[in-house]
Amino acid sequence: MGEPFLLRALLAGLGLALIAAPLGCFVVWRRMAYYGETVAQAGLIGIALGLALSLNLTASVLVTTLAVSGLLVVLSRQQVVPFDSLLGLLAHAALAVGVIAASLVRGPQLDLMAFLFGDIFAISSADLQWIYMGGAVALAGLVFIWRPLLTLSVHEDLAAAEGTPTERVKLLFVLVLALVVAIAIKIVGVLLTIAFLIMPAAAARPLSETPEQMALFAAIFGMLAVAIGLFLSITFDTPGGPSIVLVLAAIFVASIFPTVLRHRR
Amino acid sequence: MGGREAPEEQLAASPTGPRHTHGAHHHDHHDHHHDDAEAGVPLAHDDAALISARGIWLSRAERPILQGIDIDIGAREIVTLIGPNGAGKTTLVRALLGLQVVDRGNIVRKASLVVGYAPQRFEVDRAIPLTVARFVALGRRAEPERIEEVLGEVGARPLGERQLSELSGGELQRVILARALIRSPDLLVLDEPVRGVDYAGEAELYTLIGRLRSERGFGVLLVSHDLHVVMAQSDRVICINRHVCCSGVPQSVAQHPEYARLFGPQAARAFALYHHQHDHRHDLAGEPRPEGAERPRTDREG
Repeated sequence: MGEPFLLRALLAGLGLALIAAPLGCFVVWRRMAYYGETVAQAGLIGIALGLALSLNLTASVLVTTLAVSGLLVVLSRQQVVPFDSLLGLLAHAALAVGVIAASLVRGPQLDLMAFLFGDIFAISSADLQWIYMGGAVALAGLVFIWRPLLTLSVHEDLAAAEGTPTERVKLLFVLVLALVVAIAIKIVGVLLTIAFLIMPAAAARPLSETPEQMALFAAIFGMLAVAIGLFLSITFDTPGGPSIVLVLAAIFVASIFPTVLRHRR
Repeated sequence: MGGREAPEEQLAASPTGPRHTHGAHHHDHHDHHHDDAEAGVPLAHDDAALISARGIWLSRAERPILQGIDIDIGAREIVTLIGPNGAGKTTLVRALLGLQVVDRGNIVRKASLVVGYAPQRFEVDRAIPLTVARFVALGRRAEPERIEEVLGEVGARPLGERQLSELSGGELQRVILARALIRSPDLLVLDEPVRGVDYAGEAELYTLIGRLRSERGFGVLLVSHDLHVVMAQSDRVICINRHVCCSGVPQSVAQHPEYARLFGPQAARAFALYHHQHDHRHDLAGEPRPEGAERPRTDREG
C-alpha cells in the first residue's frame, strides 16, 4: 500500500499511543477514567464551537477541555453530590449539548460519526504537527511531575505531609490530561478517547513490577494495537478508531486472563 | 470535661515563630484559650519546640472536634497522644502537619522541619505496581544501599523486592516506618502505626521506635488509643477528648482521675497488672522471650 493517508494514520496512531501510555497509567492509578470521559465528551462542544466560528478544531477542542477541567476541579470540592455521579451527569449533558450544537451549526449533512468515533484516515499533515508538538509538551509536563504525582497517587496525605505541593501537581496533571484528550479526539473521537488511554495501561498492569514498566508495556500494547487495528481496518473495510479499540480489548483480555485463572484456583 | 472546662477567654495573642500555617490568620487576634492549669502549658509558643500549637479549635458540620488544644512537641521528645475513639486525635495530628485547616488557633512549625509520617489509614493500591524498595525511596533520590540500610533498621530487609500489595499488616507498618526514616526526619509522626499488628508486635514496634529515637535524636509524636503499650517509650502523654484532659509523664496520666474517667477504672488497674507482669517481651510472632535477649532496653528519661 503506502498511500500517504495510510502513513499519516499510522504516524498519528503510533504518536498518540506513545503519549497516551504514561498518561493512561495515571488515569488508571488515580481512578480518573470517568473524569477523562467527561472531559472528552465535553470536547464535542469544542468541535461545535470551532465549526460555528470557523476555528481550528483541535484548538477549539483544547480550549473546551481545559475549561471543563478547570470547572471539574472546582466542582470536585463540593460534597453534596458524589463526584462520580456528577461526572456521569456532566459527561452526558456535555454530549447532548455538543451533538445539538454541532447539528444546529452544520445541519443534517453533519458527519457526527467522525466526531464521535474519530476519523484516523482523514488526518492531515497539520493534524500530525498538533499530535507530535502537543504530545511532546504533554510528555515533558508528565516527566516533570512524575515523581510527586506518583507519590501522591500512592498516598496523598503522606505526600502532603512530606512537603509535596499536591494541589499544584494535581492541577498540572489535569491540564496535561486535557491537552492529550484534545489531541486524541481528532483521531479516535470523543467516545473512544478514554478507551485509548486506559485500555493499554490496564492491559499492562498484570505484567508490570514497577510504574515505569507499566507505562512502557502500555506504550508497546498501544502501538501494537494501532498497527494491527489499522491493518484490520484496511483489510476488512471497518472504521479505524473502533478497530484499534477492539484490538486493545483483545490484548487486555489476553493479558488479564492468566491472572483471573490464578485467582480462581 | 466537667468543671475543668474554663470559660472562653479572649486573649490578645501575639505568637512569635518562624512559620504560621493558614487558618491562623483569618480570625483576628483573639485566641480562644482553654486554660489548663494542671498541664501548666504556657500561653506563648514554645520557640524551642518542633511544633507548637496554641488554641486549636475545629468543628465539622456544627460538631466540635477540637476545642482549644495547646500542644508542644520538643526535639528528642516522645509525646504520646491518647484518647478514646472520636477524641479528635487524628484530626489534631493532621492539623499539626498542615493537612487540615483549623477554624482558629496558631500552629508554628520549626523552620524547614522534616517530617516522617506514618498515617493511620494506608490502603495499598493494587493498581500501582510498586516494590517495597521503590516505595521507601519514592519521591526522592536514594542509593540502593541506603534503602537496604533503612529497611534493615526496621527489620524488613528481606522485603525490598516484594510488591507493596503483598505485605501483611505488620510488614507494611515497618515499611512505612522505613519510608519515614529514610528522610532523616526531625520529627516522626506515627498515627496508630500498629493496625493489623497483634499486641506483642505492637510493643515490639514501639520499642524499636524508642531505640531509634535514642540513636537518631528525632522527636516523636505517637497516637494511640491504648496507654499501656506505649507507656514504656513515652516521655510525655497527652490525653485528649476534644480538649486536653490531662498530660504529664505516663505514670501520672495513668493514675489521673480524668484518664480513669475516660477509659474506665479497669484501665488504670489493668495498667498496674500489665506493668507488673511484663518482665519478658514478645517477638513479632508473639513468642515470649526474656528481657534483654536481643538488645538492651532503651533508657527512659522521666
